[in-house]
Amino acid sequence: MNTPLSWIKAYVPELHVTDQEYTDAMTLSGTKVEGYERLDKNLEKIVVGQIVKLEKHPDADKLVICQVNIGTETIQIVTGAPNVFEGAIVPVVLDGGRVAGDHDGHKTEGGTRIKKGKLRGIESNGMMCSIEELGSTRDFYPLAPENGIYIFPEGTPVGADAVEILGLHDTVFEYEITSNRVDCFGVIGIAREAAATFRKPLVLPEVKTTGNSEDVNSYISVEVEDKDLCPRYCARVVKNVKLAPSPEWMQRRLAASGIRPINNLVDITNYVMEEYGQPMHAYDLSTIAGNKIIVKRAKDGDEYTTLDGQVRKLDSNVLMICDADKPVGIAGIMGGENSMITEEVKDVLFEAACFDGTNIRLSSKRVGLRTDASGKFEKGLDPNNAGAAIDRACQLIEELGAGEVVGGMVDVYDNKKQEKKIKFEPEKYNKLLGTDVSKEEMLEYFERLEIQYNEADNELIIPTFRQDLECDADIAEEVARFFGYDNIPITLPSGEATAGKLSFKMRVEAVARDIAEFCGFSQGMSYSFESPKVFDKLLIPEDSEIRRTVNILNPLGEDFSIMRTTSLNGMLTSLATNYNRRNKDARLYELGNIYLPKQLPLTELPEERMQFTLGMYGDGDFFTMKGVIEEFFDKIGMRDKPEYSNEDKKPYLHPGRQADIIYDGRVVGYLGEVHPIVLENYDIGDRAYVAVLDMPNILPYATFGRKYQGIAKYPAVTRDLSMVMPKNILVGDVEKVFEKRGGKLLESYNLFDIYEGAQIKQGYKSVAYSLSFRDKERTLEEKDIADIMEKILKELKEKDIELRSL
Amino acid sequence: MKERLQKIREEAIQKIQSSDNLDKLNEIKVAVLGKKGELTEVLKGMKDVAAEDRPKVGQLVNDTRAAIETKLEEMKKKLSEMERELKLKNEVIDVTLPAKKNNVGHRHPNTIALEELQRIFVGMGYEVVEGPEVEYDYYNFEALNIPANHPAKDEQDTFYINDKIVLRTQTSPVQVREMEKGKLPIRMIAPGRVFRSDEVDATHSPSFHQVEGLVIDKNITFADLKGTLAQFARELFGEDTKVKFRPHHFPFTEPSAEMDVSCFKCGGKGCRMCKGSGWIEILGCGMVHPKVLKMSNINPEEYHGFAFGIGLERIALLKYEIDDMRLLYENDTRFLKQF
Repeated sequence: MNTPLSWIKAYVPELHVTDQEYTDAMTLSGTKVEGYERLDKNLEKIVVGQIVKLEKHPDADKLVICQVNIGTETIQIVTGAPNVFEGAIVPVVLDGGRVAGDHDGHKTEGGTRIKKGKLRGIESNGMMCSIEELGSTRDFYPLAPENGIYIFPEGTPVGADAVEILGLHDTVFEYEITSNRVDCFGVIGIAREAAATFRKPLVLPEVKTTGNSEDVNSYISVEVEDKDLCPRYCARVVKNVKLAPSPEWMQRRLAASGIRPINNLVDITNYVMEEYGQPMHAYDLSTIAGNKIIVKRAKDGDEYTTLDGQVRKLDSNVLMICDADKPVGIAGIMGGENSMITEEVKDVLFEAACFDGTNIRLSSKRVGLRTDASGKFEKGLDPNNAGAAIDRACQLIEELGAGEVVGGMVDVYDNKKQEKKIKFEPEKYNKLLGTDVSKEEMLEYFERLEIQYNEADNELIIPTFRQDLECDADIAEEVARFFGYDNIPITLPSGEATAGKLSFKMRVEAVARDIAEFCGFSQGMSYSFESPKVFDKLLIPEDSEIRRTVNILNPLGEDFSIMRTTSLNGMLTSLATNYNRRNKDARLYELGNIYLPKQLPLTELPEERMQFTLGMYGDGDFFTMKGVIEEFFDKIGMRDKPEYSNEDKKPYLHPGRQADIIYDGRVVGYLGEVHPIVLENYDIGDRAYVAVLDMPNILPYATFGRKYQGIAKYPAVTRDLSMVMPKNILVGDVEKVFEKRGGKLLESYNLFDIYEGAQIKQGYKSVAYSLSFRDKERTLEEKDIADIMEKILKELKEKDIELRSL
Repeated sequence: MKERLQKIREEAIQKIQSSDNLDKLNEIKVAVLGKKGELTEVLKGMKDVAAEDRPKVGQLVNDTRAAIETKLEEMKKKLSEMERELKLKNEVIDVTLPAKKNNVGHRHPNTIALEELQRIFVGMGYEVVEGPEVEYDYYNFEALNIPANHPAKDEQDTFYINDKIVLRTQTSPVQVREMEKGKLPIRMIAPGRVFRSDEVDATHSPSFHQVEGLVIDKNITFADLKGTLAQFARELFGEDTKVKFRPHHFPFTEPSAEMDVSCFKCGGKGCRMCKGSGWIEILGCGMVHPKVLKMSNINPEEYHGFAFGIGLERIALLKYEIDDMRLLYENDTRFLKQF
């Protein structure tokens, strides 16, 4: 909301503050000032002058030489403006002064300095100004010529401050009004806040009885059928309307508020909307059939043309203003083309009503039309304000001579909104705020806010325009605002001490981050929603569970329409971004949820499973990835050896380079090289590897408990085993034999060579292990391990594994 | 005999003195003192010496041996030192050659900021908790005093899954879930992802993070809220940081406020970062609305509480001077490496 300070000062006449003081104080009392703009920005040394003599320039057809009386002296100014004449009273910027813009309305940063000089050889000691050069527009100054110097009315004092005379020593403030303060969407509401903030009296416009001796009921009747949507409807009639421009002061206030002045009638309705925050509408009375207004819902499928010429589709939840035969406007949103005011209007029907805010908001959304009026109605207006606003409008009609107001008002208002009463409990407010504000001081704040105190009942009487005040906490906020948030002390919560901590899950995740980063992976973050097309990119079969997704009803387009069921797409997209930007290699990890529906359609929340996803291209291979996983397991106390199985093939991974990660017999994740077709789908031109650990499956095994095992006192005995075996036997199978047959004494085994090629027969590979045996209690001897070795060798032989040498 | 010993001694010492490495020194030792060495030969000739002279000659031989050995030892020490010197001299490296690094990865700026926040609040006795990202409409809105048809529920803000389930638009529903557990007092923060239907641009993202805070106890006051958040701001932005509370409106707190901190770039003088005002808006907060307490079965006459919500990205962008929010979700390693 934009409002010139002069308009506020009209109701708070004793308000004398700088712009910054006003900004700070209002913001701290709850009416947030977003910013302000001075209308006299960059205007310096500009006075009222009068052209006393005008001659042609000897050397330029389009220039004239003016002798201008500026009160103290007469100076010579050369101008090219077409509209100057002898006797004209004009704004003059003197030598060394400054103007805000050029005559095209273009404003220059810091303004333009005016110096005396020569124009085609003739001395010129200043400049006469157009309204645009003064930083304003014809919206503010409708009497200014379209092209030329601004001419003051006759009688304007020569030598005076022109900026002052033009009313440009003013500032337009922009406010951010929160949705609960409907009253502050009007100038009066803000003025009330300003008066309370600066402890100055509030002087509201006096609304007098208006109207002739006729009775409005003989002109119009009103019937409200859907009272739930229209708690109050006020109507008044103005006869013999004389359309004309509204006075300059009104136009200027509207222009400063961002509303374009049109004519007296429209301007008055807009002016009252700004002033009272109550939207109004004017109908051409001659278009209202049967002299009757009926407020009722539209029918499904109805269509109606609004005054902007657009055809609107309606439904039975849209409230319409109708006459005896037809709709004449969409209630609270926009009037109709068939009832709008034209140049030919004679008699006017004024409407000031109160509509159900929620209905207006929803209707305006469905109809696809949001207006200044609907924007106000949807916040839920005070019905008591409507009558005051329509009377104010009629008063302005009379003051401006815009027409003849008919006596009386049609007011359909069955359930008058009553003032709320809240018990006055100062100690409660102080207890909530941590303050010690006296009862008297509180009552003083309330008085300024027009909240009355009934001492007999110890009750606060809340004016109906303050719909936001409902309970103790609301009242406490009023106390806080005017006591000053700044003045509330600073303390720390007392009471029982609590232990700060992270959850176990978070601690495990923290280790995941540490390990990933230690292994060179940087943390990425990707969106939780993605496109359903990712499943095709990942070669996921049509009938896969992964394709059963939680879908967003109103997504930001298809690309963000499903909740991810796999973290791979996010990872591959990030790798692709790096690849396309020619980053030589990239290692990324992400800790983020996937969302798995328990059933579709969704009736309960989906399962959110934290995935620890790693991805890389460039340096490193499958076994690098495997190393990260095992480092992670080790650090979270998963000390058993994980198994790797390549039986369950994942379509997005290289069929020969992938494995499920199995811990304690349970699949806890997978890793592998990305399938070349998938790489192509993501435009990654290098081998890429991924690993995904399903954290809910990891957490039960994780532990931060540790137990010291002692350091071996006796030496180990080692045996090297060099074997030849068919290529398809996994070394994991060999290790299983060691585990099974190695017994208690086998401490560790370590693969130190693997080889295929020359010297090894086709289809076979050579594998060499070093086995280490140890007893905690004594030094082992040869004979202690002979038995074990024999058992190992026997079982290896059964598996078609031969010894090369021992 | 005496002359011979004298000669052996002089010659040996002379040789020792002129030897220039340990090998040579050893050769001398063998040649003089070894089994077949010169001095040993002399000893073998002792049988020819008259019995009465033997002690004297023996003494002489021993003296000679001792003298030679001392010299040898002396020289050995000197040569070892020289050799070590030489070795060290030859082993000089170019210390400006590149380091062998482990290429440790980098943490996301959001996480760095979050860990800072967690450190501060855990230190103040807050428990860090989590709640679901896909959430019931009830927890996200209704239980927070945002009834049906509240403008904040407009489709333009909220992603809906169906009429009962939404993508949470704030971390505030975690407040309700904690309060419903019925364990009081509460001091918690709840970080997490939230979603709003905003198109992606330099300052907006449909997915971002918030950190919710909630304290419920007897005798909690607005002054406590101010004190807690002022301490938080000082720890996060520096000891000299000043805070300012402005009245605001949130449906689930009353009184409500927004907190500004003095600009940590210019110290409050006014700069580009704070748009000349000297202040930067950091978070929204307030006293938990009695209706919210009641809906979560907490008696507002007995308990009070305060709550706050911090935009994590906002903190990260401000603190690390990142000028485009999109960078946070592109995962370009050249960006991540800077943190």
